[in-house]
Amino acid sequence: MTTTTTAARAADAGDAPMPSPADAPGPRPRFTATARGRYAVAAAGLVLAIGATFLLDPYRNYLLSLAAAYVCATAGLTILIGRTGQLSLGHAAFMATGAYGFALTSNALAEAGIEGPVLLLVPFLVAVIAATAFGTLVGAAGARLHGPYLAGLTLAIVLALPAVTSTFSGLLGGDQGLYVRTERRPEVLSAVIANEQWQAWVALVAAAIVLVLLAQLGRSPSGIRMQAVRDDTAAARLSGIDPFRVKVQAFAISAGAAGLGGAVLAYVTQAASPGAYGLSFSLFLLVAVVVGGTGTLPGAVWGALLLVLLPEAIAAVTDALPLPDDAVSRLDGNLAVLIFGALLVVIMIAAPRGIQGALVALRGRIRSRTTRTTST
Amino acid sequence: MTQHTTRWIAALGAAALAVPALAACSTPGAAAPGVTEESIVIGTHQPLTGPAAAGYASISAATQAYFDYVNDNGGVNGRTIDYVVMDDQYNPAETQTVVRELVLEEDVFAVVGGLGTPTHSAVLDFLNDNEVPDLFVASGSLAWDQPETYPMTFGVNTDYTREGKILGAYAAEEFADGTFCYLGQDDDFGEDFSAGVLQTLGADFAESQVYTVSNQDVAPQVVAMQSTGCDVAFLATIPGFTALTIGTAAQLGWFPQYITANPGADYPTLAEYLGESAPLLLEGFISSNYLGAAGDDSDEWVQLFRDINDEYGDPDVFNGNTVYGMAIGYLTAEALAKAGENPTRESLLEVVSSGELVGSGVVPLAFGDDSHAGYSGAQLTQVVGGAQLPMGDTAYVTDSGDGPVEVYDGGAAPIENDGIPQG
Amino acid sequence: MDVPILLLAGTGLARGAIFAAFALALVLIWRAARIANFAQGAMATVSCYVAFHVTALTGNYWLGLAAALVSGAVLGWVVERGVMRFVDRSNPLAAVIVAIGLVMVLTSTLAIAFGADYRPMPAPFPREPIRIGDVAVISPYSLFVLAVVAVLMLALALLFTRTGVGLAMRAAAFAPEVSRLNGVRVDRMRTLGWTLSAAVGGLAALLVIPTELGLNPHAADLLFVYAFTVAIVGGLDSPVGAVVAGLAIGVILTFVTAFAGATFAPIAIVVILLGVLLVRPQGLFAAREARVA
Repeated sequence: MTTTTTAARAADAGDAPMPSPADAPGPRPRFTATARGRYAVAAAGLVLAIGATFLLDPYRNYLLSLAAAYVCATAGLTILIGRTGQLSLGHAAFMATGAYGFALTSNALAEAGIEGPVLLLVPFLVAVIAATAFGTLVGAAGARLHGPYLAGLTLAIVLALPAVTSTFSGLLGGDQGLYVRTERRPEVLSAVIANEQWQAWVALVAAAIVLVLLAQLGRSPSGIRMQAVRDDTAAARLSGIDPFRVKVQAFAISAGAAGLGGAVLAYVTQAASPGAYGLSFSLFLLVAVVVGGTGTLPGAVWGALLLVLLPEAIAAVTDALPLPDDAVSRLDGNLAVLIFGALLVVIMIAAPRGIQGALVALRGRIRSRTTRTTST
Repeated sequence: MTQHTTRWIAALGAAALAVPALAACSTPGAAAPGVTEESIVIGTHQPLTGPAAAGYASISAATQAYFDYVNDNGGVNGRTIDYVVMDDQYNPAETQTVVRELVLEEDVFAVVGGLGTPTHSAVLDFLNDNEVPDLFVASGSLAWDQPETYPMTFGVNTDYTREGKILGAYAAEEFADGTFCYLGQDDDFGEDFSAGVLQTLGADFAESQVYTVSNQDVAPQVVAMQSTGCDVAFLATIPGFTALTIGTAAQLGWFPQYITANPGADYPTLAEYLGESAPLLLEGFISSNYLGAAGDDSDEWVQLFRDINDEYGDPDVFNGNTVYGMAIGYLTAEALAKAGENPTRESLLEVVSSGELVGSGVVPLAFGDDSHAGYSGAQLTQVVGGAQLPMGDTAYVTDSGDGPVEVYDGGAAPIENDGIPQG
Repeated sequence: MDVPILLLAGTGLARGAIFAAFALALVLIWRAARIANFAQGAMATVSCYVAFHVTALTGNYWLGLAAALVSGAVLGWVVERGVMRFVDRSNPLAAVIVAIGLVMVLTSTLAIAFGADYRPMPAPFPREPIRIGDVAVISPYSLFVLAVVAVLMLALALLFTRTGVGLAMRAAAFAPEVSRLNGVRVDRMRTLGWTLSAAVGGLAALLVIPTELGLNPHAADLLFVYAFTVAIVGGLDSPVGAVVAGLAIGVILTFVTAFAGATFAPIAIVVILLGVLLVRPQGLFAAREARVA
């Protein structure tokens, strides 16, 4: 894992969606033009996604909300790994920070009798600020660490989460966590759409904001500085870049995105508890990033969708299997885990660059074939 | 359009559309969910896989066995009970997902016996907001007894504080000269139980220790307790940690009198952890129970449950969890039966809050308009000669506040109609 | 509180020795393949199931222990030859994800085959402490654990410093290209590293289970997590680091638990990690920093 840097570099090589410094847009005007284009595309995508919520029943809208919340975290994590080559196993802790930040703020506001847009928006803001601040701290502590060492530190932080919530159980509710009083859907909408659909809208907006901002970051001078630090710290330092600052910045941004994801989860589930942000969840975030395609934002989306949809799909298949009655109690659940694990192994061996990497390669192959046919 | 933007559209479009669009209707509202002419669908969340699954899977299996028995004998008011068990791995995030699936997809009439404090806490608001009856939550937390805030939610276990008070009062009398110490789980289970014990014990713990489930080494805690000369040890531990504590203490040469909270005190379960040395290590072990003890063949309900288990369950496994799972099944069937020929969620809640339910326990249920707590007390039990049996015929009832511990000698409700509740 | 400090230190050392042994397994794989093996715990649990059944069949603890070593080695070989070999080596994260996938496959297979319940695995020696005068000092089982880990350490040290295979393994790990030119079969050395590491991991898990809840598909999950932090504190390249850090963390956790409460143990781990890594970013016994920078 010390070679994470090479890994991420490899993931970025060739037809990788993240721009390398070489193809980064140079002249300013063009930069803003593409930015505007990106906003337009993102807005179109968001409208499309929100439209799709009308096709889904409440349960599937809930799953969509989960996926959108995961997207915030996986997008943040993939930027960190792909951009600065820092490996975090602690993003569940940053999500938890966001969730608790959201819960405490939302409850305090509701207690004070505040309602409406303030109760809806301020908790999200506080959640992002809290997670960013925590990310800055961890980033500063871990800036000198490489690969598995940073992974070990961040993993220990996730493990300490229940200890923290039970030490401050008066504030954080211990093992049971906190109930979250939230702003519900506007009155006008409550007759038209279910609560879950409204929550999906909020979650989708959050995910869209994260994706646009992180895509923007990728093209910005900050993003290029991050890449420079990853590729060659010494050279970056020579050209006047402060690697420490850049790494801490990347960590803070990444944690902030995860924090927003946690806040979305707190909003959607109306709860924040340590058990929901354990080590296995943290590892699954990494799984999502890598299987989706490390360093790429579309990959982060694929990965998050996979986390939500794959278990559903596997359950649908295993439920349909004609299993012997006496085997059912043992197979129950375990078979799904077995299939999920086996799929991970197969996917990673078949597509080491993840889903996005495979798609890009596939498209490249198709294009080269079509060029060949058209030229003949 | 650039390559880049097409990729974006593809990603976002897929995000929206990859989720199978089954139902076209997204608006709320449906009447009498889960009830048809032939059946009633109810659901639960249980840990079936993952690190916390050990031992718990037998609870829902026992409930299912009881429902199979009822269904084979005509069901409840002519309807069969369709019991949907969801695996949440004891992870609150999973609980949130599977309970939504139960309510939104499976359209359950009620959620029954959802297991665990942290897990079920995570769905309290959802169930109450959606006005889904949330009956007989399987944990002794005080959180289920908040009729004002959570009108849909009802407990079933004697809560940890009540049990602590009863065991504390017993120890104060029986071991008046003892040196007391305590080991508990680092959550509301431990806190509520020890608060109850201290209320009636009349003494402080010479040493008070906690454990976390993320560290399966209790030698430091045991050494610390032992070194105070403690001879009566209170445990608020889940079964694995009860066994681990007793095993570790024995190997360190320490044999105090154990007084253990019910959730971690089932003899057959502990015996599995401890292996051959169980009868020796557990001799004299004191606990309490609001249901009949699995090893007590003189208890009518236990006998009935054993017969049902032999026919519909796994005859090789009959322990406290089996009795507990059957008891939840019975209480559910009783509530459904009394909720009328055409039960609605309202009539179900009404019947539970009316205090009509009697259950299968050794003490009365505390349900009422202003109480959503389950069983109101317990009977002391002790392991003697490898069998965990009630100590005498007396049971005790109390409240979760500072009320007194009182003797209850009404006994368990008699079995009617072979344990199949009638409307 | 009149706490027997020596006894606490003894149990802490024994627990630390197990952390150390398992951390050694992680170090072995790291040195051989540059992979942090997240499947180490699940693989070790599989060998413990083998040991459990051998002991149950023969009634002999030592045959079980031997079976754990052998089955661990076989499993290590199978995992390397059957799975890891096909993982893209240019992306180390791919190996991590494959390992996580393996964990899911192995634990769920165990749960399907043997159920989720804990099975008792008795210790081969009593844990009642040996007393010197009135003072309880250390339990025979703790002594046994310490002895096994000491022998293990010694054997590994001899292997790496005194034997041709050991030297070849080191060379293959530190300078694969040069070694290949010098005729070292680098991939064979990698397989050997996996084999050795899995055997050691199985042994460590076998030692810890009698002191914990018992045998279960997840029995070594926590051991892996603790050992991973131990290996990080000691320095992933350093067997000596693994042992020193393991013993130290075992003792510290025991005292923190006894005096401050179990709640603070995970916080203590974060503090230890921070304290060590801020001063030595490559762990206590880091090799030259330049190599991985």
